[in-house]
Amino acid sequence: MSSLTGYLLVSALIFSIGLAGALTRRSAILVLIGIELMLNAANLNFIAFWRYGPNAQALTGVMFAIFSIGIAAAEAAVGLGIVLAVYRHSKTTELDRMNSMKG
Amino acid sequence: MTATFLILAAITIAGTVATMAMRNLVHCVLALTLGFAGLAALYLQLGAQFVGLTQILVYVGAVAILAVFVIMMTQKPAQTTESIFSSFWLAGSLIAALVFAVLGWAIVSSSTSSRPLPPQAEAAVRPIGDALMHRFVLPLEIMGLLLTAALIGAVVVAMQEKRGTA
Repeated sequence: MSSLTGYLLVSALIFSIGLAGALTRRSAILVLIGIELMLNAANLNFIAFWRYGPNAQALTGVMFAIFSIGIAAAEAAVGLGIVLAVYRHSKTTELDRMNSMKG
Repeated sequence: MTATFLILAAITIAGTVATMAMRNLVHCVLALTLGFAGLAALYLQLGAQFVGLTQILVYVGAVAILAVFVIMMTQKPAQTTESIFSSFWLAGSLIAALVFAVLGWAIVSSSTSSRPLPPQAEAAVRPIGDALMHRFVLPLEIMGLLLTAALIGAVVVAMQEKRGTA
């Protein structure tokens, strides 16, 4: 088993943990954090493939990871803002209780 | 497959698993910072210093703090004893396990992943800055615009509505 396989397996495991969290947790904040974990797993893949790829001087994988981190930061800010807005209407952050559309 | 990689991978996985398994949300975010720091160390080990330090600045520094703020603003003081998992947790974990099985099978059986480590690939900060200012200058500007729009949008969405206007 080579080292790249190790990195890819770690990345797949982090992605699955994030997916499991996003699908099973009740708290909306934890669901957002699960989505962040999935984005991080993708970043680890970008960096690993850049490091083991044939043309490391082009820096494409690193650039992709940097832009992906920026997008993830914007997503986290807007997502947590929406959680706050929903909490103000329905007084809960638990997804099972958010079952009406006109608050 | 060095010892450092195994230790860092174990720290990262432990942090992420604890994030998704703990009851108290603040403890979840603390475990999440551990996972993010482990990921940053993995980036550093792969030779991507700038991405590793950006990971620490953005995720450990900003995203985790933001999550803690939202948790403190929304959590009720009385802790409930009901389950932390939603009613369809069985289907969710089954789907995640299936996804991991497919990904792991594809990774292990792929011929690409047996590639040896190429020598000396370092992403120093200077070439990254050059690339950001020349080849990737348009994506960089669009990213700045997106971040500004997201900042304003988050403030507008989370802002207290005035009475009578909504």
